[in-house]
Amino acid sequence: MNLEREGDYITLSMGPHHPATHGVLRLEVTTDGEVVKACKPDMGYLHRSIEKIGENLEWYQFVPYTDRVDYVCSMNSNHAWVCAVEKLLATSEETKLAIPERAEYIRILFAELNRISSHMVGLGSATMDMGAFTPFLQALSQREFINDIFEKTCGARLTYNYMCVGGVVRDLHAGAEEEIRSMLKGLEKAMIDFNKLISSNNIFKARLAGVAIVSAEDAISYGLVGPNLRGSGVDFDLRRDKPYGLYERFQFDVPVGKAYAGVDGRLGDCYDRYVVRLLEVLESIRICRQVLDQMPPTSGVEDDPVGGWCITKAAQRSLRKPPVGEVYFRCENPRGETGYHIVSDGTKFPYRVKIRTGSFTALSIFEKLVPGLMIADIVALIGSFDIVLPEVDR
Amino acid sequence: MKDGSGEKMIPDSRIRLARNSRRGKDEITDGVAVGPVDGYFSGPMSPVPSGNPSSGKALSFDAIFAKVQVRFPSASAGSAPNGAQWIAVQPHDAFAVADFLKGEPELSFRSLCCLSGIDLLKLPPSEKDGPLRDDLVCAYDLHSFEHGHELRLKVFAPRLDPVVPSVESVWGVAGFFEREIFDLLGVVFPGNHDLRRILTPQDWVGHPLRKDYVYPESYGGVELKREGQTFDSGPYK
Repeated sequence: MNLEREGDYITLSMGPHHPATHGVLRLEVTTDGEVVKACKPDMGYLHRSIEKIGENLEWYQFVPYTDRVDYVCSMNSNHAWVCAVEKLLATSEETKLAIPERAEYIRILFAELNRISSHMVGLGSATMDMGAFTPFLQALSQREFINDIFEKTCGARLTYNYMCVGGVVRDLHAGAEEEIRSMLKGLEKAMIDFNKLISSNNIFKARLAGVAIVSAEDAISYGLVGPNLRGSGVDFDLRRDKPYGLYERFQFDVPVGKAYAGVDGRLGDCYDRYVVRLLEVLESIRICRQVLDQMPPTSGVEDDPVGGWCITKAAQRSLRKPPVGEVYFRCENPRGETGYHIVSDGTKFPYRVKIRTGSFTALSIFEKLVPGLMIADIVALIGSFDIVLPEVDR
Repeated sequence: MKDGSGEKMIPDSRIRLARNSRRGKDEITDGVAVGPVDGYFSGPMSPVPSGNPSSGKALSFDAIFAKVQVRFPSASAGSAPNGAQWIAVQPHDAFAVADFLKGEPELSFRSLCCLSGIDLLKLPPSEKDGPLRDDLVCAYDLHSFEHGHELRLKVFAPRLDPVVPSVESVWGVAGFFEREIFDLLGVVFPGNHDLRRILTPQDWVGHPLRKDYVYPESYGGVELKREGQTFDSGPYK
């Protein structure tokens, strides 16, 4: 840590290598004793210019790069990109793709499983930031089971490159459905244990209740999305309110913050955001079960739901000459809305790829929210926002 | 932690926990502390999709544009060949239009989803609007929670003097988005309280997402170009 003294204030540099900043984030914190007077987030340490790379790759070649935009939920990042490109292709009758129904179901199944595993990391590291190590291990051990299933189907445990424009790369592995069902059963039990272990722990609760309160108005103005927005009591979920894929077919609730911490808690505090994530895991389990119930069986054809080695012939044809124009596609990721603003000039390369991510906008509220908090509460705030730095820097 | 002493808070909350716990049928209620997950799976499930909670009326693009044009006659509607529609305004109107879009109760665009910068330099003429050949465009994707409608607002900034007033005081998140566009495309936003580079280092030269950007051969004394490597293989060299 660098210390700089100026009058009664001390300027601290929190990070970039700080165990509680979830990556390489640096916060320039001016403190008056334990109380923070000003905070400026400084990022860009992980800037890989993914948007620029996107302009120099063909449409389908960009999928592995979306894995790296947010590597904690690569499936969801894949999903957002392929849906955005499909939305662009759907604007013209000639290039419109028919996506196999089973592929759509697999996408949602894997997106929800990845949402669970991402929330496991989020919840686990939030509790670890608060000084509890056991729940972290418990959460991450559940994530391993999900990774096992992904590994069996698509061969990777972290960056999957599984979805492609027009479908998914390959069908579920044999026996996957029973495996997922039994995994979900164990997961449900583990969530109940996790909840019993930590949610009502008085120290944990007192640590988060009433800390870093974000009003609904601020949350909307500063572009908080996903669980952070819902933690402030705004009832909005893209899966329900702007449904994409087949989300209209499933029944699920949207958990919203309700000052869960009780008398000490306020709507929109860190504990609310924690609880919203916890409940979202349960909702995702519900969606996964519905997907498994509704999913049409595989047709038995070798290359159903995809054709060819990783992308269908129809998709290859469409992507060679996509419609000229632009689309903005919004997708509900574990860290909230991930938006792809794509501009196409009709060639096989995107003209411009803009990625809007939830963590980037979540950092924008720090300058307003942090002054007045204790230094230790910044750690609680980062943990409750579930910020993932590669998504910030891109 | 923040108000009152920690010693007092813990026994209090323990009493409350015992009183407030909803007892479900699961085995989890064994008399210890019970949290929000208690009884979740046995509880009632609302019939979802429970519909959009927005209470207002979603307006079509034409209706929104008509409202904007009454107030700002210089605003024009634009569209791309694939059907994407937007409202185009000149930079000097940008702040007033943004303020209007947020404040007007029937529009109520309280959320700025995305602010992206686009360099038009190499775009084919079919997508361009009239004489705007090489402008830098700021595209504001807006969304209204009350009404559920969406809108894209575009501000065309001339390439030689790209200045667009900041809308940070309208949407707080614009502060970061504007810094990103300033960094990567070089559009200047007077009114932004902290207009510095955000993703690239402060001493970086040039704006990487401009279509005429020249890749630097070295940075900070470190050669970036490897032997035999060329930077002119992409589609936009």
